Amino acid sequence: MPEPLRRLTGIAAALPIENVDTDMIYPGSTGKSLKRGDQARVALHRLRFSPEGEERPDFVLNKMPWREAKILVAGDNFGCGSSREMAVWALHEWGLRSIIAPRFGDIFYNNCCLNGLLPVRLERPIVDRLMALAQDPATATMTVDLQRCVVEAGGETYSFDIEQRAREGLLEGLDAIGMTLASADRIAQFGAAYRAALPWNAEPTRPLPQA
Amino acid sequence: MTKPQTSFEKIWAAHVIEQLEDGSDLLWIDRHLVNEGTSVQAFIELEERGLPVARPTMNLSVADHFPPTRGRHDPLKPGWGRDLIFGLRDASQRAGVPHIDYLANDQGICHVIGPELGFVLPGMIAVCGDSHTSTLGALGAIAFGIGTSELTHVLATGTLASRMPKSMAVELSGQLAAGVTAKDLILAIIGEIGTAGGTGHAIEYRGEAVGALEIEGRLTLCNMTIEAGARSGLVAPDEKTYAYLRGRPMAPEGAEWDRAEAWWRSLPSDPDARFDRTIHIDAGGIAPQVTWGTSPQDVAPVDGKIPDPASFADPKRREAATRALAYQGLMPGMKMSDIRIDQVFVGSCTNSRLSDLQDAARLIRGRKLAVGVTGFISPGSTRVKQRAEAEGLDVLFREAGFEWRDSACSMCCGIDTAPPGTRVAATSNRNFENRQGREVRTHLVGPAMAVAAGLAGHFVDIRKELADA
Repeated sequence: MPEPLRRLTGIAAALPIENVDTDMIYPGSTGKSLKRGDQARVALHRLRFSPEGEERPDFVLNKMPWREAKILVAGDNFGCGSSREMAVWALHEWGLRSIIAPRFGDIFYNNCCLNGLLPVRLERPIVDRLMALAQDPATATMTVDLQRCVVEAGGETYSFDIEQRAREGLLEGLDAIGMTLASADRIAQFGAAYRAALPWNAEPTRPLPQA
Repeated sequence: MTKPQTSFEKIWAAHVIEQLEDGSDLLWIDRHLVNEGTSVQAFIELEERGLPVARPTMNLSVADHFPPTRGRHDPLKPGWGRDLIFGLRDASQRAGVPHIDYLANDQGICHVIGPELGFVLPGMIAVCGDSHTSTLGALGAIAFGIGTSELTHVLATGTLASRMPKSMAVELSGQLAAGVTAKDLILAIIGEIGTAGGTGHAIEYRGEAVGALEIEGRLTLCNMTIEAGARSGLVAPDEKTYAYLRGRPMAPEGAEWDRAEAWWRSLPSDPDARFDRTIHIDAGGIAPQVTWGTSPQDVAPVDGKIPDPASFADPKRREAATRALAYQGLMPGMKMSDIRIDQVFVGSCTNSRLSDLQDAARLIRGRKLAVGVTGFISPGSTRVKQRAEAEGLDVLFREAGFEWRDSACSMCCGIDTAPPGTRVAATSNRNFENRQGREVRTHLVGPAMAVAAGLAGHFVDIRKELADA
């Protein structure tokens, strides 16, 4: 269960690349463990490290003050590609708590909301402005307030939209499975009617053949 | 009069357990394909919480990412892959979830065996911890990829809370020309609408060109819906769907089949159903497609040229294209057919079914891979491999110099890789930087194009090859 996330102030780092896919965020071949808690090293691995494993000194997240970044301002369609949730775990474990971009991959967006990493969709001109602010250490500190659904940066305030379910989950750090299991009776009732109407849908009526 | 509904809306409505206060719906999930790449952690979390799997037989687990494509029957080498393959097997057994062993005849890429076994049927909601779950929408189902947290929820409850996406119709008029396949169609669509073009939407593919596609082509079409930004793509069920499914091992039989088919026939979109967005594409005007960049939207017809980044109006796109060409080691203005390749990969959930292999093998006609080019075939499932062998396709490929391997995700997701700098003609779905190995350059194409490129050493207009045959 993720920790609640309400209002967050921190350094924002700019990653001005379009279509950053989850392979770039979490290269499959670099991971060595599937456990939460082991993933920080893998985050954006090929951007952060050379093939020889040395830090790239010119990459933004390897430089101060962005090494301490809590917010990432990214290009359009961030997190497209594979569904691997390790991409979100890795960014969260590395220290990020919010990502701001014009659009996100749909699966990645959901995964963020379930793991305490707040995805903020803003119009591209605003993201461009935030990216410029993030590139200057003097203006790189921003606030993302999920209670008011605003980003505060450079003396301006920008409102964003987020689905109610995702917002509540992030604000409260809710346990989605526990919430659904509280409706177990309702699910069982639906299941009985569903099995009567569409039995072959509810479960395979012919089992997996034994090879 | 009830409001006309789309196919997606009909299927969705049949699965709503309750509307939640936050505006999402709690959905009954019919099928969950479970793979070792993303799902072992979910079983561990449930065990740690002491929660059972809600409906074990709605799930079907199979290792498809990590089984080796060479030396399948050798003992697995110690490492992450082996831990995951055995981890999935053991966790499935403990939870009572049906599991297909990686050495069994039913093994294969989950999006290939789901339809092959008749595990996924029209009118279902099917999920899997893999983004290419969209493939299964080709059977007239709602199918989408989910992350580990959501699939843990599905295992524990048999349900998922979700908000209905917006709807998008992709109307494909006309008929595909000879030598042009479903792969070219979906690449052309992605080139048109972009990799975020379908974000937040569920796509329904419609029109003459879709109806004309066989089910395996529709699976390819729906497979790369995720590369167009949409989590799910659907083709309404029709006679081809029923003919494909009848007699599959896990499909209903007898009176139950008749009941099921009667329901399936009610599922296509109503004639006046409204979509939030509609895209029209003339399928008859599409040429064989080849990607030149590092995003599936970086695509051009094989008789075209690599675009000049300066020709893109959007500065962000210009920057991305420049970066892509630098990575790919290509120059603007170069003819697509002048791109020389080093390796061919035929496989993946996109293009590894029997018709794909038939399509590719038919072009060989006694020729061999060009000097310096290597290639291998990884059939989509062990059954596909066996059927191909029964037709002698393996012999045709081997005689041309291709390696004939076993079924797994393989080079599609970098489990098998090529050496740095290798240029690959691949039938898979993602040409991302480093996806098939460090500094490997991927060009996405259909199976016949991949094999033709291997034989010639460069991409060729296979329409001409077929005309000459």
